[in-house]
Amino acid sequence: MPQVTLTVNGKTASVEVEGRTLLVELLRDKLGLTGTHVGCDTSQCGACVVHVDGKAVKSCTMLAVQANGAAVTTIEGLAAADGTLHPMQEAFRENHALQCGFCTPGMVMSAIDIVATHPDGLSEAEIRHCLEGNLCRCTGYHNIVKAVSAAWPVMHGKVAAE
Amino acid sequence: MYDFAYHKPSSVADAVALLGDSEAKALAGGQTFIPVLKQRLNKPSAVVDLAGLGLSGITVTATTVTIGASTTHVTVANSAEVKKAIPGLANLASWIGDVAVRYRGTIGGSLANNDPAACYPSAALALGATIKTNTREIAADDFFQGMFTTALEPGEIILSASFPIPEMSAYEKFRNPASRYAMVGVFVAKTASGVRVAVTGASQGGVFRHTAFETALSANFSASALDGIATPADGLNSDIHGSAAYRAHLVGVMAKRAVAAAA
Ligand SMILES: Cc1cc2nc3c(=O)[nH]c(=O)nc-3n(C[C@H](O)[C@H](O)[C@H](O)COP(=O)(O)OP(=O)(O)OC[C@H]3O[C@@H](n4cnc5c(N)ncnc54)[C@H](O)[C@@H]3O)c2cc1C
Ligand code: FES
Ligand code: FES
Repeated sequence: MPQVTLTVNGKTASVEVEGRTLLVELLRDKLGLTGTHVGCDTSQCGACVVHVDGKAVKSCTMLAVQANGAAVTTIEGLAAADGTLHPMQEAFRENHALQCGFCTPGMVMSAIDIVATHPDGLSEAEIRHCLEGNLCRCTGYHNIVKAVSAAWPVMHGKVAAE
Repeated sequence: MYDFAYHKPSSVADAVALLGDSEAKALAGGQTFIPVLKQRLNKPSAVVDLAGLGLSGITVTATTVTIGASTTHVTVANSAEVKKAIPGLANLASWIGDVAVRYRGTIGGSLANNDPAACYPSAALALGATIKTNTREIAADDFFQGMFTTALEPGEIILSASFPIPEMSAYEKFRNPASRYAMVGVFVAKTASGVRVAVTGASQGGVFRHTAFETALSANFSASALDGIATPADGLNSDIHGSAAYRAHLVGVMAKRAVAAAA
């Protein structure tokens, strides 16, 4: 069976998988990182989004073997060791950007990518376009968009985080 | 998903050898192939990952934009050189799927798959692209042969696609709101030798050239040149998302928007 060695949230993991094992299965079933969710079978909902080498990808649509040698960040890897939330997590909490929370891990990982790739500014229309791959059945998106707008200046050091 | 052996060769020759097994299948970004495997619609004995072949990259000359098969949609969308040379092509890439799909999905995978609702085939056909494989060069006019069907032989690998730089180009698509694939997408390219118009998403036969629109636009490159030219609904897709007549109407609307955006 193939052996996959990768870094997950800064720690090295070496795991035996099958060719068909998905990255999300490696994370949830082999490493016990159940913060990453599976919401669909069709690669459309975005609940499974994680960062692979800094890019927001659907971990349900990538084989574990394709992540060999990669650095993966999941929702569990965002908060500081003392429990201080990542600015995006804090913005979601502050803006009531989640209800049931099922979509939230993928939403937060995608949102961080959007803010990071728009250093010169981020309009509401851009946020909505960039979040198209993340479906939420509860919030109606409005507060999610507000949260991403609120996190932008904090992540880019334009205001001090409270 | 059925299990399979996984290979990641580091040369085209090794990949071709591995794909010589008729049960083996190539894997690029996996944004189409992995969902297909999950639904057990395909049962390969081996999966040959093309990511190690070094087929990623964009080269722009005075006349041509050449894009390596493994180049991701996001790379094309963000390329300053592509935006300058063929803005319609960069714009098309920026509207494929969503951010996560664009980080993984590749141009080679999109062309090889020839999904009847995919975006890239319309650009390749309208721009008169040449598709280079491990054995030959294929003109776009010969490459697309109907829904999910191309001129590729079993085991043949796309290495790159070359797009002649037009005077003007634009792509407009009416997206399925759930999947974001094209319900109808129209690519318009104006060159010194005339105008080419390719339509995706609409036809049961996959991407096609709209010769009536091409003739009208070659004489007068403006949206109003398309007034009164009806697109026959015969052979167009009819499904829960829209009837054939609705799609026929959308072809005209998207073509006009594309001409307006290009001009
Ligand atoms: C949610 C979602 C939305 C999407 N929306 C759109 C959209 O709006 N427009 C659009 O155009 N597409 C859309 N796609 C499809 C996406 O663009 C895919 O990335 C693309 O169609 C396939 O590229 P890939 O690199 O992922 O290929 P894969 O999925 O890895 O492969 C696809 C097929 O091509 C073959 N193949 C791959 N590379 C080569 C090669 N170099 N030579 C020969 N054969 C090869 C494979 O064997 C396989 O049969 C969407 C996908 C998803 C999941
Ligand atoms: S679980 Fe729905 S996109 Fe991955
Ligand atoms: S908060 Fe329930 S799905 Fe988004």
